[in-house]
Amino acid sequence: MDPTETNLRDAASADHRRRQADEPSSRVARFGPDVPLTLDGGITLSPWQIAYETYGTLNAEKSNAVLVCHALTGDQYAASTNPLTGKPGWWELVVGPGKPIDTDRFFVIATNVLGGCMGTTGPASTNPETGKAWGLDLPVITIADMVRAQAALIDHLGIPDLFLVAGGSMGGMQVLQWASAYGSRVFAAAPIATAASHSAQNIAFYEVGRQAVMADPDWREGRYLDHGVQPRKGLAVARMAAHITYMSEVSLHQKFGRRLQNRDTLGYGFDGDFQIESYLRHQGSSFVDRFDANSYLYVSRAMDYFDLAADHGGILAKAFEGTRTRFCVMSFTTDWAFPTRDSRVIVHALAAAGAKVSFAEIESDRGHDAFLLDEPEMHAILSGFIDAAARARGLER
Amino acid sequence: MLDPTTLSKTPTVPASRVDLAVVGDLVPEGARLLDVGCGDGTLLEWLEAAKHIDGRGIELSQKGVNAGVARGLSVIQGDADTDLATYPDAGFDLVILSQTLQATNRPRDVLEELLRIGRRAIVSIPNFGHWRIRLQFMLWGRMPVTEDLPWSWYDTPNIHFCTIRDFVELVKEIDADIVEAFALDARGRKLSFKAPWWFWNLFGEQGVFVLEKRRR
Repeated sequence: MDPTETNLRDAASADHRRRQADEPSSRVARFGPDVPLTLDGGITLSPWQIAYETYGTLNAEKSNAVLVCHALTGDQYAASTNPLTGKPGWWELVVGPGKPIDTDRFFVIATNVLGGCMGTTGPASTNPETGKAWGLDLPVITIADMVRAQAALIDHLGIPDLFLVAGGSMGGMQVLQWASAYGSRVFAAAPIATAASHSAQNIAFYEVGRQAVMADPDWREGRYLDHGVQPRKGLAVARMAAHITYMSEVSLHQKFGRRLQNRDTLGYGFDGDFQIESYLRHQGSSFVDRFDANSYLYVSRAMDYFDLAADHGGILAKAFEGTRTRFCVMSFTTDWAFPTRDSRVIVHALAAAGAKVSFAEIESDRGHDAFLLDEPEMHAILSGFIDAAARARGLER
Repeated sequence: MLDPTTLSKTPTVPASRVDLAVVGDLVPEGARLLDVGCGDGTLLEWLEAAKHIDGRGIELSQKGVNAGVARGLSVIQGDADTDLATYPDAGFDLVILSQTLQATNRPRDVLEELLRIGRRAIVSIPNFGHWRIRLQFMLWGRMPVTEDLPWSWYDTPNIHFCTIRDFVELVKEIDADIVEAFALDARGRKLSFKAPWWFWNLFGEQGVFVLEKRRR
C-alpha cells in the first residue's frame, strides 16, 4: 500500500469513527451541567454523554431491566449489528429472543463504557472547550466511573433497579462494581471470566500494548486525530499482544499449529510464514479500523486500576457486606488471563459475606474468549440462574 | 427470598431417598444451612420448601452444579477437602455432609472444618461394619460390592470407609459431642429402637450423627 493511500484510508476511517464518537448510530443520553459526572480522579466531567442500545420491552412495573456490560474492546452493540464493522453484536449468542438473556422477557440495556469510542464520552469525543478531540486531556477513567455513568443512565431512563447485571472480563468487573456500589439496585449478578482486581500479568500485557501505541510516531503525543492520522501499527501490535492472552495454548495449537499460510515451504524471511502470524496480523489491522488508540489506553488503564478489595480496606468480603443480590460466577478451565483462581477469590468473598452465590468452572479449551463463544454449558447455567432469579422476582414467563 | 411457586408444590422426597427425610427431621425451621456434596440439590430444594431454610450448597460435579443452579439454589462448584477452609467461623447454623465423608482425602480435617463453620453438623456415613459387608469380606476375601456401594475397589470414589464404631471414635478424638445418632436400614428407615453401638454397627446400613463441638 503506498503512503498516500494509507493516509486517505486513515482519514476516511478516522472520520467515520470520529463521527461515531460524537454522534453514534445508537441511542445516546446527553447530560448537561445539571448532571455532572464526578470521577474517581477527582475531576468533574460536564457535559458528558453515554451511548446505549436497548432490546426488548420494559414492563409496567419496570422490574425486568437487564444491564449488559462489555469487555475492553466491546461496545453497546451487544445484540445488534455494529455500524463500523457490519458484524453481528458481540453477545448475540447470549442476548436475544429465546437466548439465556431473553429479549422476549427482559428489557436489555447495553452501553458503551466511559472512555470508549462508540458514542460515550471518551478521548475521541469532542472536548467542548476546544472543539477538538479530548485526547489525553480527558481525565483517567476507572471501572467505578464507568458504572457511575451507567447508573446515571438508568436513573435517566426512570428505572429504579436492575433485575440482572451481566458481563464477561472487564464487563464482569463492572458487574462486581455494580453489586458493590449499588447492591440494593441489583437483584441478580452474573460476573463471568473476571476478577476483583487486575493481575500483574494482565497489567504487564496491557502495558506492552500501551507502549506500542505510544511508540508509534503517528500517535503524535495523543493528538493524532488533529493531524488526520492514527497510530495504526502501534494499536495493531497492542491488539495482537492482548489477543494472545484471550486464547489458550491448546486452542492455538488446534487452530493453527505450525501450519504455513499460503505456502508449502518456509520463506526464509519475515513475511509471516505461519498461519498464526497471519491471523494475528489480521486481528490487529481489523481492530484498528474500529477502535480508537487513545480509548485503548484509557479503558485498559481502567482495568489495571480496578481493585475492589483495596477499595474496602483490603477485605473483598466487605465490598459485598449485607448484600441481598444473588450471584452466578463462572470461569473457564483454560482461561489464563482471568483464571479460575480469580473467580474463586470472588466466590469466597461472597460466601464470607453470606451472599447467595453459585459458581461453576466451565470445561472449555478456548481460553478467555470462551465467554463470547458458543459454550452450551455456560449458556445452560446462565439460563438456569436467570430463570430461577426471575421466578424469585415474580417475573413470570 | 421465598419462591411462592416452589412453596405451592412442595417437592416430595423420592422413595429411594428416605434418608433425606430423616435428615430433614433434624433441621430446624429457617436454619442457615450448608449442604456439602449437595448433588443435584434435591435435599436443599426440599428443605427450602419444607423448612424455609437459607441454604447453600457445595458440589464437585458439573452436572450437579448445573442442576442445582437451574433449581434456583446457590451452589458452588468445589470440594470438601479444599473449599471449607475459606468459610468464616460459625457462619451456618447447620452443615450437612451426607454420604460424602468417605470420599474425602482427609476425613478428620473435613469433620473439624464442618464443626468450625457450622454450630452443628449432620454427618451420614455408609457403615462398612454392616453384616452383609462383613459377610462378603469373610466369605470371599474380596472388597465388598453392594447395591448401595456398587463400585470396585479400583474405581470407587470412596477412599476412606469406616464403620459406625470407627466414626464414633473419631468424633471423640476431635473433641466433639454426638447430640443425636441413629442407624438406617437398607431402605433408609430408622432402626426403630435404641440399641448399643455394636448392634447398629452390625445392622445399620448408614449411620446418621448430629455433632457439636464440645464446649469447654
